[in-house]
Amino acid sequence: MHGFSVVLSPYTLMLMFVGVFLGIIVGVLPGLGGANGVAILLPLTFAMPPATAIVMLSCIYWGALFGGAITSILFNIPGEPWSVATTFDGYPMAQQGRAGEALTASFTSSFFGALCAVIMITFIAPAVANFALSFGPPEFFSVYFLTFCSFIGMGREKPAKIIVSMMIGFALAAVGIDIVTGQLRLTFGFTELLRGFNFLIAVIGLFGIGEILLSMEEGLSFTGKSAKISLRVVLETWRRLPRFWGTALRSMVIGCWLGVTPGGATPASFMAYGVAKRTSRDGDKFGTGQMEGVVAPEVANNAAGTSALLPMIALGIPGSPTAAVLLGGLMIWGLQPGPLLFKEQPDFVWGLIASMYLGNIATLILVLTCVPFFAAILRIPFSIIAPVIVVICAVGAYTVSNAQSDIWFMLVFGVVGYLFKKLDYPLAPLVLALVLGDMAESAFRQSMLMAQGDLRIFFSNWLVGGITGLALFALFWPLISGLLARLRAPKARGATT
Amino acid sequence: MAEHASSRKGLSIRAAEIAVAFLTLALGALVTYTSYQLGSTWGPDGPGAGYFPFYIGSLICIASIVNLIQAAAAGHPAGKRIFVEWDALGRVFAVLVPAALFVVGIYLIGIYVSALFYIAAFMIWIGKYPWYKGLAVGFGVTFALFLMFEVWFLVLLPKGIYSVLGFIGY
Repeated sequence: MHGFSVVLSPYTLMLMFVGVFLGIIVGVLPGLGGANGVAILLPLTFAMPPATAIVMLSCIYWGALFGGAITSILFNIPGEPWSVATTFDGYPMAQQGRAGEALTASFTSSFFGALCAVIMITFIAPAVANFALSFGPPEFFSVYFLTFCSFIGMGREKPAKIIVSMMIGFALAAVGIDIVTGQLRLTFGFTELLRGFNFLIAVIGLFGIGEILLSMEEGLSFTGKSAKISLRVVLETWRRLPRFWGTALRSMVIGCWLGVTPGGATPASFMAYGVAKRTSRDGDKFGTGQMEGVVAPEVANNAAGTSALLPMIALGIPGSPTAAVLLGGLMIWGLQPGPLLFKEQPDFVWGLIASMYLGNIATLILVLTCVPFFAAILRIPFSIIAPVIVVICAVGAYTVSNAQSDIWFMLVFGVVGYLFKKLDYPLAPLVLALVLGDMAESAFRQSMLMAQGDLRIFFSNWLVGGITGLALFALFWPLISGLLARLRAPKARGATT
Repeated sequence: MAEHASSRKGLSIRAAEIAVAFLTLALGALVTYTSYQLGSTWGPDGPGAGYFPFYIGSLICIASIVNLIQAAAAGHPAGKRIFVEWDALGRVFAVLVPAALFVVGIYLIGIYVSALFYIAAFMIWIGKYPWYKGLAVGFGVTFALFLMFEVWFLVLLPKGIYSVLGFIGY
């Protein structure tokens, strides 16, 4: 395929391994996650050709997706919200001295989930992009609307908190010069605010500094299980894994389905775990260290994390904070994300898709061979790691646009991130709204201009009406599902999360 | 109130929820008000600059009020839960205050020197490491950053008003 020829140069392959390696480190370190790591390393890629840069950055993403499992299993610390379900059975397995098996099972399942999602992207993304070429402003706004509504409907937090977080993101996006009228908005006379808020600063502050403050508050020590993966354990585990093909397939479908709708990776991992628990023969033993309980969430969250790139490539709408950062990268490299990307930059898109295949294989090899090394990173005392991460975040924040004021904003975002995390305000909607705010606003304004302020334009034909309807359905899903559950079985409550 | 309150003292979740809800409410009101001033209605050539943010601000206000009511109505059992214990809060400030000083240091003596002192000081005071270890790690990390950014990737980082690195040509 054409894409592979873009990727298969020694230089790109080297960067691929570097990216995966950095990604795993970023995934393992507390305070640095996928979104953050990509945000901090983004400025380093400005000088590279876009196709090479995206390969490296997406490999950081793969590394971080896999790396999150290491901390979940060995230290019972989920690196990302979607690895929470992995700790349920992964950590008990590590406590029983079966860490090697748990890690092998998790990496292999991650690989399987990601691979299936990439295959899906390969075949579906061009069709979606083609279809989206006929979209006008109302259609685009309805897709944005769907994105944000599914966050509210699918989120595990209280809807009002999700709305507050999301709307703050929109408000921050509005800061600066209004592109349509040229007026200054929400700058309050500060020249630092003229440029507006860059979402990379928000990502670095909210996720990086916020996480450091949280870990500091919880005390500095974490005790982990040691892990050695020998070839024998890997082969032994691989021999046993095919038994869980049913669970893996179900989790894969759940992951791919929920991944395309934004914010889906976390619900996907929980749902896959729940479904596996209900359908498995050993369902009642879940939580005590069942390998199946590691397979299910890992397949689902990697399938979801990877499918989150589908709307980003095909529509220019990211499905997760990390995808949002990658999208920001596209814009900085001078590429206009959206359906036209397939037509105008085929090298880039197919290079990216090819790098997903190769990147996943590279990650699998690297994690299986280097686990002891990555686990050792986690044993570096927190009082050394914490200041180093703060320094790295500060450097990352500064290099985004060479502004020292951004470092202050980063600290403020850090405090906000700490407060929000402690009070269960989700951070992902804020970041996505900040990224998509300008685009959503201009789509909304153009639609309003077309319709002279008539909101009925969002139901004017079957396509836009269908998407808007779907969005409203997603928005009110908690109410609908609650109602359905009450109608069906008054006893079986709590099954619809 | 009896056995828990004596052993675990701190800010209650309820108080923190209410405080944050008030903050977001204030932010929402601010956004709504300034958007209204900018022109939140239909101007001569279409929607004004404040048209979209006006609704955003209003939604923040509405959702904040919902949060406020939910937090206030949470009542006693939830009200007793601790948001952060005082000594844990102290640890949080032990990270935050040096980090702020580090940022001030970036303005004055540049990011490299400031980072060196910050890492060293953090390790010595909070990690209780001997001073030579702190300085060694601080120097190592800063030197690696320096090589990576200034030398390899040619990304220039701030040197501060009183550049200390002038003597080596940077």
